[in-house]
Amino acid sequence: MDSAIATHPHTHETAVHADHEHASLPQHRHHFETEEQQREAGSFGMWLFLLTEIMFFGGMFFAYLLYRNWYYPAFAVASNQLSVPLGAANTAILITSGFCMAVGVWAAEVRRRKMLVLMLVLTTVFGIAFIGVKADEYHEKYEMHHIPGADFSVAQFVNPAAYGIKEEPLNPDMAQKTEIYFFLYFAMTGMHAVHMIIGIVLLFWLTHRAWRGDFSSGYVAPIENFGLYWHFVDIVWLFLFPLLYLINRHPLH
Amino acid sequence: MSAPATHTILSLPDQSTAKMPKRHYLNNEDGLLSWLLTGDHKRIAILYLISITFFFFIGGAFAGLIRLELLTPQPDLVAADTYNKFFTMHGIIMIFLFLVPSVPATLGNFLIPIMLGAKDLAFPKINLLSWYLYLIGGTLTLAALVLGGVDTGWTFTTPLSTHYLNTHVLTAATAIFIAGFSSIFTGLNFIVTIHRMRCPGMTWFRMPLFVWSHYAASLLMVLGTPVLAIALVLVALERIAGIGVFDPAKGGDPLLFQHLFWFYSHPAVYIMILPGMGVISEVISTFSRKRVFGYSAVAFSSVAIALFGFFVWEHHMFIMGVSNYSALVFSLLTMLVAVPSAIKIFNWTFTLQKGSITFETPMLYAFGFMGLFTIGGLTGVFLGSLGMDIHLTETYFIVAHFHFVMVGGMLMAFLAGVHFWWPKMTGRMYPESLSKLAAVTTFIGFNLTFLPQFILGYLGMPRRYHAYPPEFQVLNVLSTAGATVLGVGYMLPLLYLGWSLKYGAIAGNNPWQATGLEWQIQSPPITANFIETPVMDHEAYDYEWLEKKTLNEVTTVG
Amino acid sequence: MAHEAIHTDANDASNVTNPEHAQHHIVTPLQYSFVFITLLVFTAITVFAAYLDLHWANPVIALAIASFKAVIVILFFMHAAYQSRLIKMTIGAGFFMFLVLVTMTMSDYISRAWGLW
Repeated sequence: MDSAIATHPHTHETAVHADHEHASLPQHRHHFETEEQQREAGSFGMWLFLLTEIMFFGGMFFAYLLYRNWYYPAFAVASNQLSVPLGAANTAILITSGFCMAVGVWAAEVRRRKMLVLMLVLTTVFGIAFIGVKADEYHEKYEMHHIPGADFSVAQFVNPAAYGIKEEPLNPDMAQKTEIYFFLYFAMTGMHAVHMIIGIVLLFWLTHRAWRGDFSSGYVAPIENFGLYWHFVDIVWLFLFPLLYLINRHPLH
Repeated sequence: MSAPATHTILSLPDQSTAKMPKRHYLNNEDGLLSWLLTGDHKRIAILYLISITFFFFIGGAFAGLIRLELLTPQPDLVAADTYNKFFTMHGIIMIFLFLVPSVPATLGNFLIPIMLGAKDLAFPKINLLSWYLYLIGGTLTLAALVLGGVDTGWTFTTPLSTHYLNTHVLTAATAIFIAGFSSIFTGLNFIVTIHRMRCPGMTWFRMPLFVWSHYAASLLMVLGTPVLAIALVLVALERIAGIGVFDPAKGGDPLLFQHLFWFYSHPAVYIMILPGMGVISEVISTFSRKRVFGYSAVAFSSVAIALFGFFVWEHHMFIMGVSNYSALVFSLLTMLVAVPSAIKIFNWTFTLQKGSITFETPMLYAFGFMGLFTIGGLTGVFLGSLGMDIHLTETYFIVAHFHFVMVGGMLMAFLAGVHFWWPKMTGRMYPESLSKLAAVTTFIGFNLTFLPQFILGYLGMPRRYHAYPPEFQVLNVLSTAGATVLGVGYMLPLLYLGWSLKYGAIAGNNPWQATGLEWQIQSPPITANFIETPVMDHEAYDYEWLEKKTLNEVTTVG
Repeated sequence: MAHEAIHTDANDASNVTNPEHAQHHIVTPLQYSFVFITLLVFTAITVFAAYLDLHWANPVIALAIASFKAVIVILFFMHAAYQSRLIKMTIGAGFFMFLVLVTMTMSDYISRAWGLW
């Protein structure tokens, strides 16, 4: 960097942070005047990124809204092929993972390194558990020929009794529409899972750095901002669960 | 204050003693890696400038091929599919790889931190990542081209793109998906910088209008581009797995794709034009020596264009099977979105009134912009009117309309900006007579190319066809002749701007005697932009301040 | 953690570097636990409600509960309640754009032979 900027006066820092110790963190980037500015900018940047994610998932949520209204019977029957216990358990797992992440942010803020590492590890464990349950669900769908594409079969919806399924049979036209439901199921939970996997990879890296003590001496921005990302992914699931699993669970008469 | 016609505000230092500054951002560090791994927003801007110029000429080559085919009414140059590939690649490259990043990624990246008094953008590494994503998107586009091309049109309309074509739709869709993230990250960077990194005294209403325009465009980039991303993902899934989302046979609706696609692509046109409008504000003010008339109106109009721009996308789908009622609503909203753009044109015109006008090259381009954008914008209002659109859509009227706003408008604004800030970015001045010649050539070539297309469209010649009824030939020949002239006009800047890097006059800090923080620092700037953080104590476009100021805290180096 | 009351820096009269003195509030694990329990409870409620036949109210309740859960995650886990107005407006803008996408696109489908497929 040009040595001409060495004359940059640090008047801001002494004025703003007069009442608590302030050593310039090694992660302070020089294009920011103060660390508070850097932290706020980083947080704001992450929120903006989450806005893009809202709009990204938004397109699929709209497709869901449209086709669920168009093909409600097919959606209801297809949704009943998902397992509520697994879905609810996954929801609880993800909520717990989010809770651990939030406590991890607290641990970073109060500079408790071991607690932070523990929380990050727990967040990762629950995240992996979620993916594991999802993989199991996907596998089951694969075996039942519910994956859209060449292998898709509507047999169970046209003639449920033959498969031991307690549903009203659908006429073949409407049964065909279950493929749309399953495409939405796989696309939305799949995109969600991709985001979770990216998050888990980042968690490994963050845990490693947290273990080294990078985040327990005042520099909490990466943990905070990752927390924002993780909670957002959690929120997407909070909507996916009722929309995909709980369309029409009223017991048949 | 009448001035002779030869009067110019250009004020260069004495060339016999002038030298380039000893240290600046270009020679601060040496070596390829110092460029490829830079965090300096100015270097990234130059990297972008080189890349988009490269893609511009490729897109231009396709335009040449299109016009060549259309010289004769018969489909005699290439097969229909090949012609489809020409206009698809022309559209994809020009829109996503040239127009969208043109002003924001080059001039915006370079100038916004300086105009705000900051040392860099908020996230320099993300800025660099943005350039690499752009390159990856560009490379994939070239790959799609080399592998055999895409022929869906840049609009990827379903079910053609999902069910009826064997061409490299996936490659092209992936390319645009990645380039979209480049755009998102640029916009994100600008928004955070503008909100959080203004220097002391730089309130929102003291910022240059260039910054306001980029702020509005950045909002569009961040909120609109992801919807394009999901639309492309769904097309890809449909092609790969046949999921049925856009397939009527499986219960899907092809129109859903268009809703998602145009939800982005309409704001995209404002992403393209708003930064150009920002350039025009700066240029018109400088070359009429007057503050922009109605600063607040122009600032709020920029944001209004961004906001309303989200509410009108269905006007691209009027004949596609949307309901009459929604078409009516969107048609009315389209009328609304024209208003802020018109406000800006009025404000620029009133800036000119009683100003001390000179006609340097940037100003020539700016005048070209004002006239051509007005025509383009007004024809947009015709098209927004539901009844007219039924007849004019998918004809050459549309082609003429968007080329007037994008080429006559945006590209002229880009060239105005490049010429205006060239001395700041490089420290050198380009040869004025050649640049004026290029500007006039471009203007003449442009009108010759695209005015006949309005007539052609009105007479009913459809777009995206490589053959046409013989009675349209004369107009088509005129258009192709114009395209040739236009091509010459665009080649010239490449040549003389390149020449000026070595042989151009030394420009000094402020050859245009303009206001704005960027003109108070050396040309080219030092890497940190400012020696110490400036304090903004006057309004934007304050020419009285400029006259009275003493050379104070920001001085030349070397 | 009490920050200084009003601070105006001579060099930063419009207070760009720390506007609204965004309080560096630290949420405690106890508060997080309340939110955590609430989230689990409402998950149970939403599952339970799905098995009751409430006609049109089923999806309404499901979405309302999901929205409530999202709101408390945003406010507390994501600290939005303690952030500057800019962040709050940013979040609002995001949801506003999402609603624009959904409602305006739906306006086409609803007015286009709804129910006649």
